[in-house]
Amino acid sequence: MRQAIPFLLAVAMWTSSAMAQSSSLQFPASIEAGTAFSVPTSGSGPATLYIVGPGDALQRKFQLGESIAFGADDLHNAGHYLAILAAGSSTQSTQFDVVASRQPAALSFLAKPSRLPVNLPNGVSGVAYIFDVFGNLVLQPQQVSFELSDESGAEQTRTADSHDGVAWVRMNSASKAGSARFQASDANVRATRIVQEVPGEPCAIHMMATPATGQRVLLQTEPVRDCNGNPVPDGTIVTFTETYAGRQSTVDVPLKRGIAQTELPAQAGALISAASGVVLGNEIRWSAR
Amino acid sequence: MTQILKRSTVTLLAVPILAVLLLSADTQPAVHVAPMNTVGPRPVETQTQSSVIRDYLLAWQSMNAALSENRVDVVDASFVGQARERLINTIREQQNIGIRTSYQDKSHNIKVLFYSPEGLSIQLTDEVEYDVDVQNGDHALGSQPVHARYVVVLTPTESKWKVRVFQGGTP
Repeated sequence: MRQAIPFLLAVAMWTSSAMAQSSSLQFPASIEAGTAFSVPTSGSGPATLYIVGPGDALQRKFQLGESIAFGADDLHNAGHYLAILAAGSSTQSTQFDVVASRQPAALSFLAKPSRLPVNLPNGVSGVAYIFDVFGNLVLQPQQVSFELSDESGAEQTRTADSHDGVAWVRMNSASKAGSARFQASDANVRATRIVQEVPGEPCAIHMMATPATGQRVLLQTEPVRDCNGNPVPDGTIVTFTETYAGRQSTVDVPLKRGIAQTELPAQAGALISAASGVVLGNEIRWSAR
Repeated sequence: MTQILKRSTVTLLAVPILAVLLLSADTQPAVHVAPMNTVGPRPVETQTQSSVIRDYLLAWQSMNAALSENRVDVVDASFVGQARERLINTIREQQNIGIRTSYQDKSHNIKVLFYSPEGLSIQLTDEVEYDVDVQNGDHALGSQPVHARYVVVLTPTESKWKVRVFQGGTP
């Protein structure tokens, strides 16, 4: 009997090994995410299938000779996977891919900057990453449409082909200040961002001077606008300068309701100017009246 | 110019950027990085080049530590967003099944494809060779050499670049 034990063990090991050898692991090389599929097996006896990858890990216990069925929800994270079939003491392994669905379901859309001056060429950029319904990056080329529309309804449209899941464009900011809608779309998927387009620098400054009480002169600008006619935001500084007898007096005044105003000493013959940033307005030679 | 990084002193001197990383690792992969001078639309500054590659390679180490020990706590160091969620879910699945997997990267062939105009994301591909070892308790289920192409998106965080998308496939 003692002599028979090693023999029986050897038979058992051979049987287990032969069982695994007779089975074969026939995974498709590539499976689209969210697709049901089945893997036929051969042989007999209990076995366990492990599927591992950075994106998922699962285990199936089954009988060799049966097909292993996977539902649409079982494997949906795109990635490269290793499948290991363990039957008795032997294992077989294979590798396969789960690839993203071809149908885009979401766009990760980044529009920058969120605030910029009007009429700036290539001032705003849009980057869209394309994902399927499972959050996998859709690597097949897609045509993404980008549309930037201002409050008046004026639109710019551009299309860009995606490469490895990403498409991008640069667009000009509109000439009209206000909230602009920046939209990316691919098939039926859309993502919208709001971009604030603010007036640019003052285009010109026109100042008027009138006598004020107490030997002073009242200086007041006309509404200050940028070169596209948009009112320059309140708070923008206008600098009034009075030059008289070799001396210079300067006053910085923020715009209020689009207008800057101040008073300076009324000196006959004084030269008064106004400026904002790099824009110089008109000059007035004050004469006593 | 092509950079090929191996465990040689000469190469380390030539490319000091990754020297610290390579010297600190137990088993260092060979790393090949394609030149980034044509990457667009935003030019990749030298400092950004080195930090992106360094942080991406560290992400492999973090992933290996996370999956080989089923440790969720090491994931946040290198992963964010969708990639982080998937890795954590995989760790939980491995815990449920009772397995551990190690990913020992042997070589990387990295090519940066896209650096966004505002510098908020960078995309690269990596043709990587690595060994996967699967353990069920103390029982080795198998080991396989893998050659795969990963598409990776990294985004900047406070201190480093972190992996946001990590998607493998057959090259």
